[in-house]
Amino acid sequence: MMRDEKLIFEKSVEGRIGYSLPENDVPKVDLEAFYPVEMLRKTAPELPEVSEVDVIRHYTNLSKRNYGVDSGFYPLGSCTMKYNPKINEDIASMEGLAQMHPFQDPQSAQGNLEILHNMDKYLSEILGMERVTLQPAAGAHGEMTGLMIIKAYHMHRNDSKRVKIIVPDSSHGTNPASAALAGFEVVHIPSDERGCVDINALENILDDTVAGLMLTNPNTLGLFEEDILKISEMVHGCGGLLYYDGANMNAIMGIARPGDMGFDIAHVNLHKTFSTPHGGGGPGSGPIGVVKELVPFLPVPVIEKVNDSFVLDYDRPLSIGKVKSFYGNFGVILRAYSYIRTMGAQRLKEASQTAVLNANYIRKKLEDFYEIPYNRICMHEFVLSAQKQAQNGVTALDIAKNLLDAGIHPPTIYFPLIVHEAMMIEPTETESPETLDNFIGIMQGLAVKAQDDPESLKNAPKTTYVSRLDEVKAARTPVLRWKK
Amino acid sequence: MKSSYIPMTRQQQEAMLSAVGVESLDELFSAIPEDLRLKTDLNLPKPLSEHELKKHMNMLAQRNSDACENSCFLGAGVYDHIIPSAVKHIISRQEFYTAYTPYQPEISQGVLQSIFEYQTMISELTGMDAANASLYDGATALYEAVLLASRFNGRKEVLVARSVNPEYRKVLHSGLKYSGITIKEVDFIREENNSDGKNGTIDLEQLQGELSKDTAAIAIQSPNFFGILEDIKALSQKVKEVGALLIAVCDPISLGVFESPGELGADIAVGEAQPLGNPMNFGGPLLGYFAVKSPLLRRMPGRIAGETTDSQGRRGFVLTLQAREQHIRREKATSNICTNQALCALAAVSYLSLMGKEGLKEVATQCINKSVYTYRSLLETGKVSQVFNAPFFREFVVKPKIKPNVLNKALLAEKIIGGYDLTVEYPELEGCWLVAVTEKRSVDEIDDFVDKVNSICQGGGYK
Amino acid sequence: MEIREGLYYSKDHEWVRVEGNRAYVGITDYAQDSLGSIVYVELPTEGKELPKGEVLGVVESVKAASDIFSPISGTVVEVNQALADNPELINESPYENYIAVLSFEKTDELNELLSPAQYKELTEGE
Repeated sequence: MMRDEKLIFEKSVEGRIGYSLPENDVPKVDLEAFYPVEMLRKTAPELPEVSEVDVIRHYTNLSKRNYGVDSGFYPLGSCTMKYNPKINEDIASMEGLAQMHPFQDPQSAQGNLEILHNMDKYLSEILGMERVTLQPAAGAHGEMTGLMIIKAYHMHRNDSKRVKIIVPDSSHGTNPASAALAGFEVVHIPSDERGCVDINALENILDDTVAGLMLTNPNTLGLFEEDILKISEMVHGCGGLLYYDGANMNAIMGIARPGDMGFDIAHVNLHKTFSTPHGGGGPGSGPIGVVKELVPFLPVPVIEKVNDSFVLDYDRPLSIGKVKSFYGNFGVILRAYSYIRTMGAQRLKEASQTAVLNANYIRKKLEDFYEIPYNRICMHEFVLSAQKQAQNGVTALDIAKNLLDAGIHPPTIYFPLIVHEAMMIEPTETESPETLDNFIGIMQGLAVKAQDDPESLKNAPKTTYVSRLDEVKAARTPVLRWKK
Repeated sequence: MKSSYIPMTRQQQEAMLSAVGVESLDELFSAIPEDLRLKTDLNLPKPLSEHELKKHMNMLAQRNSDACENSCFLGAGVYDHIIPSAVKHIISRQEFYTAYTPYQPEISQGVLQSIFEYQTMISELTGMDAANASLYDGATALYEAVLLASRFNGRKEVLVARSVNPEYRKVLHSGLKYSGITIKEVDFIREENNSDGKNGTIDLEQLQGELSKDTAAIAIQSPNFFGILEDIKALSQKVKEVGALLIAVCDPISLGVFESPGELGADIAVGEAQPLGNPMNFGGPLLGYFAVKSPLLRRMPGRIAGETTDSQGRRGFVLTLQAREQHIRREKATSNICTNQALCALAAVSYLSLMGKEGLKEVATQCINKSVYTYRSLLETGKVSQVFNAPFFREFVVKPKIKPNVLNKALLAEKIIGGYDLTVEYPELEGCWLVAVTEKRSVDEIDDFVDKVNSICQGGGYK
Repeated sequence: MEIREGLYYSKDHEWVRVEGNRAYVGITDYAQDSLGSIVYVELPTEGKELPKGEVLGVVESVKAASDIFSPISGTVVEVNQALADNPELINESPYENYIAVLSFEKTDELNELLSPAQYKELTEGE
């Protein structure tokens, strides 16, 4: 395949066009008469002048230098890269649903409002929560929304000394980052030798300055927090709230619910658990569910059903306000709605069960080749350590880059931070045993090579479109745009 | 019935359970306390096959009045523009939309290069030095800009024009409530017979009164929520006087014709890039853009793609300046953002590539021609009166003889989605109507719209 | 890992060289090694007053961004501008390339810092 190195700008030819617009059919406005001249642009923006052929070829070729779930296995831990059903795409592009303005009369948007209202119901059921808001645009956004609710809740109780949010040291970076944005002090607690929250450490820091605790369950090591009921009791006992990071919801759909575990707020990632595509980095959607006591604090508007109509309720005096314009990432929510309606309760449960079985299968097959710090039955993902291989000079990064040469997207590396040379593997339920066996074979082979011939594994990848890129140069002298 | 998305068969399941060393699927969940395990199935509707699902969704769509069947004259932050067919085909490439964030750059050059191209185009349009890979929407982009400004100069006050989109201001208020940053809103000029073109723009005198050494930034939108152009240059001079930053919220289509915020002296440019190749989608997903001048480069939140070389000296792209992001810096990160709006940015870069220099200018020009034509035609009917006397882009405010919400209901019966009722958000503009006209509206649609407004107002209400 | 004599050390891996009432502050060999190739240094502004323990600046690599904490209380009188264009100088010679110079008065704070031997113990423990 010929290498096409050029940027779209470098293919520009003056006078070429790639668009089709109707001819102007109204009187022309004299721009210089209508507007102050100094407000008019003197130089046109340097946009390319290319044909539609050029544009399609350019982006088609770019797409070939990319790898999606549709290309192959994508065992990225904590991302739940499950298959994105095509029916969801068809539904999301239905013009009768997508070509809608958020501010048009709610009476003229009853179809879309019903979808939003139903999603509130379905997700509440799945999470064991009272109501769900679909406004947050991503998981981290949902976290911030949840934390804002925690803040509002305590302030409403006139309890302004609750300034701390506790997060485990194994938590995803968005947890402390969101807490800081919401105006809290972040306190980290260690994990115990079993990889779970250290109950004693927790006891020592719980007091009336704690606003809440953020937990993922199963946690980022893929382990279920067995003491969750005790933790819930402890946190509530000191007057704090319990926040559920739903990134790992794919392990327990239809099997257990955060609401039953004692969580007061829970977010889910529609682009993880609910099969909506990752899009190369979004858009996502991070709805949050809350228990009854926190419903008044939900962002506005809340979609309510009044008689037989769906209405937008803005009359909520205790609401935290808005976290995003309009109602949420409707296009993403639509895909998740389509997914839930396709799967139903039993299949969702089967999805979680299969996800967990798949993860354990890989774990068992790799335990003799890699160190597995917490080697017991895991949930939908597990973490291995490439420490043994690193001693021979083959790091987790090297293993990841060699996987690229084998045509597989690597697992998540160097996360969670509490495991050295970590590789987090999450296969999901949409992968077949054959795919898993193929991956296992390659991973085993790499472990053997790391022992017998470590040098051969350095300097990967060798077969990809580009080889290892100089990230130091990119950060030292940032070049963030093309210039003519 | 089995799911077509779960390949494992019953038989294979047996073999795998035994390989794992457990007797049953239940055993895999033994770490979950018995009390927590659900004893019944979740209460969700029965699963639908693809065919049944399509019928169900069609039924729901029947209860919507969409912008294909109806002419849309509603804007207020989200716009009904013409989207070239090619855009959909590009974003439907599976290697793009089913891909994850490009943390493994060697197999993600497609996404990374398209982000780099997008960043370039946003920088060009806004006249800024650099842009990031996108944020959730214009509202959250403004919020991030205010945070950046406050952290940069350590000041705790931000002055925001009331002519900035109300949704944006609400998000700012909610987000900043416990941040220690105070928001001071500055009014717009509202003089009945004003003819110096300042009507509907920020009250500079009031602004001067609020400006101080505590001001971290001024946030202004141009064209503002009323469609009227603000004097960004004048504001850039004001911020210099106190050493604050200027945040300009600008519509990207308008930048095909108007001077860029960078040229006019803004430090940060943010806004809503949905009009670039993205459908209205009932308000989401949208596309927040964020661009800065060089001194603020390393403080930009969110993901950023950068150019570099590989081990063989070939040009390639990577996510860069990541050390400031949540996954590394955690509570000290520039922001908490993880997933952004990559596919929407891809739609935008595809759109801008297709439209090109001339196309964008043509779209913007037609928006101007058509909105001005609509404005003049409406005023000519005598059923609608002028509110502001100032140059506008794509959107304008008028006051119809009957209440906007009543007018809109009647228009809907005529297959027209009417403008935005300003009454709720701007009590001093009670009964005023914000009408948007994009290049998508043909002269027939516009004449029909004006005609219907005329007759509905004549009738004094519902037909 | 080089640990130079004649310097004071902090538990956050900064070194201090005292010349009269001027304290030169930088990061240790251990620190630059842990960070990897340094891509950017956020320098403090001259004139800034820093109580002990407050953030003096930030050193960034591709994989981490490390706060530099002021080992003693003082006022910034000079910053190493060379680091603005060539942050990698810290990797090359961490002890020759200070980040900032503080003028200080509280000499007893120096006693709270570590000696080279104590710092060696600390790094061996980690």
